[in-house]
Amino acid sequence: MTSIISVKGVRKSYASGHIALHGVDLDIKEGEIFALLGPNGAGKTTLISIICGLVNPSEGQILVGGQDSVRDYRAARSMIGLVPQELHTDAFEKVITTVRFSRGLFGKPRNDALIEKILRDLSLWDKRDAQMQELSGGMKRRVMIAKALAHEPHVLFLDEPTAGVDVELRKDMWALVRRLRDTGVTIILTTHYIEEAEEMADRVGVINKGRVMLVEEKDQLMRKMGRKSLTLHLSQSLNAVPPELSAWDVTLKPGGHDLEYAFDARSGDSNAVSALLKQVNALGLGYHDLSTRQSSLEDIFVGLVHQGDEARKEAAA
Amino acid sequence: MNGPSGMNWRGISAIYGFELHRFRRTFWTSLMTPVITTTLYFIVFGSAIGSRMNEIDGIPYGAFIVPGLIMLSMLQESIFNASFGIYMPRWTGTIYEILSAPLSPLETVIAYVGAAATKSMIVGLVIFATAHLFVDVTVVHPLAMLAFMLVIAISFCLFGFILGLWAKSFEQLQFVPLLVIMPMTFLGGAFYTISMLPEPWRTITLFNPVIYLISGFRWTFFGQGDVSLGISLSVIAAMLAACTGIIIWMFRTGYRLKK
Repeated sequence: MTSIISVKGVRKSYASGHIALHGVDLDIKEGEIFALLGPNGAGKTTLISIICGLVNPSEGQILVGGQDSVRDYRAARSMIGLVPQELHTDAFEKVITTVRFSRGLFGKPRNDALIEKILRDLSLWDKRDAQMQELSGGMKRRVMIAKALAHEPHVLFLDEPTAGVDVELRKDMWALVRRLRDTGVTIILTTHYIEEAEEMADRVGVINKGRVMLVEEKDQLMRKMGRKSLTLHLSQSLNAVPPELSAWDVTLKPGGHDLEYAFDARSGDSNAVSALLKQVNALGLGYHDLSTRQSSLEDIFVGLVHQGDEARKEAAA
Repeated sequence: MNGPSGMNWRGISAIYGFELHRFRRTFWTSLMTPVITTTLYFIVFGSAIGSRMNEIDGIPYGAFIVPGLIMLSMLQESIFNASFGIYMPRWTGTIYEILSAPLSPLETVIAYVGAAATKSMIVGLVIFATAHLFVDVTVVHPLAMLAFMLVIAISFCLFGFILGLWAKSFEQLQFVPLLVIMPMTFLGGAFYTISMLPEPWRTITLFNPVIYLISGFRWTFFGQGDVSLGISLSVIAAMLAACTGIIIWMFRTGYRLKK
């Protein structure tokens, strides 16, 4: 697949000396849902703002559909729709007027049929004559999406689309994003809800402290780093892991009641679990319950972010 | 799209329309305010005081103050509307859409300044019409009068646009019109000719650019002004050039627009 957005060596530093982005390289494939994941202050919004033309980069280049975002900004920006994190709206404008305005701003001829379709798709048609100030937060967010879609962009940026949105609405939003992708729009969303990335993204990029730490197919990422663990809740506590179990990666939890076996679900000996249980039985260890757990994107993410921190600490020392 | 090299006229018209729509929402207040203010001036200066004043350079005092009053309102309106027009989206955050749109700086300025200047022209013409209710005014050079109004409106809207980009707060937005422009316009010869002033005020007044604007504008009405028409036009041209230069610099550096 071809890259619809190509970020090359983009750096951003402020006069204060703060470096928001350290030479970021990133390629977004056409038609994918890409989740940019990172803690608050990681540089997600800065990166999006630079791509969309709100912030000037200190260094580096961005191509949107092969067009330079600075030199050919008209062509580049025409391809992009942006839904910022904050709900910036004109309080007194009507829904339909503000969506039409957005289309005009991008130099497109008026198209009432299209605007109607967008508003209907976003369940806003009934509210088309309402003033922005009358709408709830969730509706405002949808109006902002409608505005971003009004000029028929190829790429849609959603900066924290579900921040402060309740569970129901969040699910609606996810369904909406999928429908949009089905129409061929490439979607880049930032989030700090891991759940969201796990649920929706084709690929995940993790950004922390202005550095992209990893970009990977979500499934691959889960597979590669998806560790499982089996915990046996023992009937009687142990003082140490019996030496007969040393062939497995087994640890005893504090208290001596839980025996945890960490393994890779997808590689290695497929009989490892049954072999372990057999051995446990042979040793006469009773257990009244057992549980398994698969690491989520969240664990992977937390692990990555920590790793990065540790590495930097070491480098500094 | 209008092609990569062409102007984004639809974008310009979207902003222009948005701004005029904003004015329409406050149509009566924004139109009645200058009309009422001017009426008060005419009552106080034109009728009450003017009846006891001599003619100035052969012009009845009531008529003499008309160009100055139009200019006074237009300067205030231009600065206020243009600064507010660009400051509001910065303040509410809706500027993100303007910045992410395929609009050049020139197009952005044309749209905002064009809309503000349109409103200033309307206000100026309404005051001109109102003046006829109180005094007899004949205009010697009507076309020049309109051209003058337009150029002044554009210049001060550009100035207002700069102010709106520069201001970090509503306080700063009010500060300049109130503390700088207001005294300058009042001391700019709206109600008197500079020859009526004693020294050293007469010399000091010559440093006030508004003098040249009002004098030039008065020339279009009566065929005569305080200073020569050439100087008036030069001052306006210089102002236009300075404001344009500052705006070009602001956009090039992303000043207060882009972090």
